[in-house]
Amino acid sequence: MTSSESAKTRPTRSIRLPFEVQIEPRLNVPRWLSPLVSVIAIVLALLLGALVLKLVGGDPVRAYVHIAGAAFGSLGVFSDTLVKATPLIMTGLACSIAFQMKLWNIGAEGQFYMGALGASIVILAGVVKEDTPRAITIAVMLVAGIVFGAAWGLVPGWLKARLRVNEIITTLMLNYIAIALVNYFIFGVWSEGGFQMTRTFQLAAWLPRLSDLAEQSPIFRGLTTHFGLVFAVVAAIIVWYILYRSLWGYEIRLIGDNPRAAEYAGINITRNMVLVMMLSGGIAGLGGMSEIAGVVHRLQASISPGYGFTGIIIAWLAKLNPLVVIPVSVLFGGLILAGREIQPAGVPRLIQGIILFMLIASEVFLRYRVRLVRRP
Amino acid sequence: MDPIIILQAGVATGTVLLFATVGEIFAERAGVLNLGLEGMMLIGAMSAFSITVATGNGWLGLIVAMLAAGALSLLHGVVTIHFQADQVVSGLALTFLGTGLSLVIGEGLNKAGAISLLPTLSIPLLSGIPILGPILFTKQSVMVYIGYLLVPIAWFYINHTRPGLHLRAVGENPTAADAMGLNVYRLRYSYVMVGGMLAGLAGGTISLAISPGWFSELTTGGMGWIAVGLVIFAQWNPWRAAFGGYAFGALRRTILDIQGPQTLLGFRNPFFFNPYYGFFLQMLPYAFTIAVLIIGSREALRKRLGAPAALGLPYVRGERGH
Repeated sequence: MTSSESAKTRPTRSIRLPFEVQIEPRLNVPRWLSPLVSVIAIVLALLLGALVLKLVGGDPVRAYVHIAGAAFGSLGVFSDTLVKATPLIMTGLACSIAFQMKLWNIGAEGQFYMGALGASIVILAGVVKEDTPRAITIAVMLVAGIVFGAAWGLVPGWLKARLRVNEIITTLMLNYIAIALVNYFIFGVWSEGGFQMTRTFQLAAWLPRLSDLAEQSPIFRGLTTHFGLVFAVVAAIIVWYILYRSLWGYEIRLIGDNPRAAEYAGINITRNMVLVMMLSGGIAGLGGMSEIAGVVHRLQASISPGYGFTGIIIAWLAKLNPLVVIPVSVLFGGLILAGREIQPAGVPRLIQGIILFMLIASEVFLRYRVRLVRRP
Repeated sequence: MDPIIILQAGVATGTVLLFATVGEIFAERAGVLNLGLEGMMLIGAMSAFSITVATGNGWLGLIVAMLAAGALSLLHGVVTIHFQADQVVSGLALTFLGTGLSLVIGEGLNKAGAISLLPTLSIPLLSGIPILGPILFTKQSVMVYIGYLLVPIAWFYINHTRPGLHLRAVGENPTAADAMGLNVYRLRYSYVMVGGMLAGLAGGTISLAISPGWFSELTTGGMGWIAVGLVIFAQWNPWRAAFGGYAFGALRRTILDIQGPQTLLGFRNPFFFNPYYGFFLQMLPYAFTIAVLIIGSREALRKRLGAPAALGLPYVRGERGH
């Protein structure tokens, strides 16, 4: 059938290969195929990235060796990679859970900023006093971060559920609004000495770091990995449990796969849209809180080099599986860490774009089987 | 705070949004959502500016901008039309790719611009019309006039020509269009390309005419995303796209101008005395986009108007239609 069709549509082709390419839909996908295709896609993407770097006059080999060395070369830099991976895990989770329901939350970036703002407000507006114990201070910041992020997810979720307003655009626009709002606070309200940052928080608002343990064992000296990583991993486990072990997660996945069937099954889609967007925003907000409490210890401009957007790629690469988000985030954390020093500045973004493109393009091999068939 | 100047500048900036929005209308009418406008506009802006600086010929710059952005959109076409990948994710990938690529290639480009690289002109007679003359036909960039031409042409093409009918058929019901003997794949590729080329034109219009120069990501500053939102407000109609674009341009100019004078309507101008309030003004275009989307969505619900029926769905020959 296929051969006669191709012969009919392309009668002028004169070269006859001894083989013919047959494309047929796959009925079932072997378990090993999906990770294999992803790995091949990433390798191809890195090769393509190298080609582009070469074309614009860069040295791809040096760039990649530099990335590998600067991200995973020693315990110290690996610890820094984990610091970068921490917010990525949370934005990756935020995107994963929303994407499971085919809710396109592109607003993790803004929700991240709002989480950071919420955590800062409780410190700088004096909601918790300076002499409050560390555990309570951090707990209050954590709640504030989640609540602010969730509120920033609630708005587009509600608009989508009630008024069918496209969430892609609203979440994106809310990113710009959140960043302008944070800028208003750091430039106008809490600016310290005219600088674009607030005062440093009291020590009770700092998340513990590995280097705090250096006095007991010197191995940890200078390691910057902070307690936010624990929040991230716990969040990943909770989200995994919700998605794959709870009734609510089943509803979310069913709505994502087949909204009509979900509706017939009596699942409340409207309510789930709002709740999932709030959960998604809350996790991203937790990321913002952990970043300022664990790394910079103050609110300042550009706390995120696009964590919210990288989260989209991470979620997709992890096939929306919360537990896979963790290792993928570590890889991307390394890329971002090492990429800071690479010129020109667009290289990490370019490579991320190529990776995402290759990934979604490669998914065709999960849907179709491509076979070489010997001609009769 | 001269309303004439605000509207005049609004039409100029709005032209950028108009090109991008009309381009996206073509792609979406054919059933392909392309969220990569921001990336394609950046590629367009960067290549138009660099080619023009190198050759001194702005028109050549525009052509290269359209080709570059068109090539990028083709990538989206292959991935979504042939590989049936999710159009949302592919569009996002295109944004990353276009932004990264333009930053990498545009690195070290002379950032200073400030002089328009395309001619501005006034139309005799028409510029003499009271109010409308100074706003629409006086000392506007040549791109603005091209925008005036594009809107009626696009509207007429989509609604009153045979190819326009085919375009709509492919976006509304590709199965039926295929049965009519139309080549769904080829048509979709073509209109994705048209959308990409117009996005490139929009980018080139920024970097050569509206705010000349290459300022990395700030060159577009989210205008590509605003254009995606405007398509919904415009209900896939070029006239409404033009109106929305110009209104947005005027808003942007108002935001700039409102911070200048010491008094506003006889009151102390809070934006003059507290410059930090400017951050709230900066939010306005984005808040306005959301507002416009809400209006557009409500209207669509009420009138039972909607997106092209097959928007976002890959077409697979031989599979049952949706």
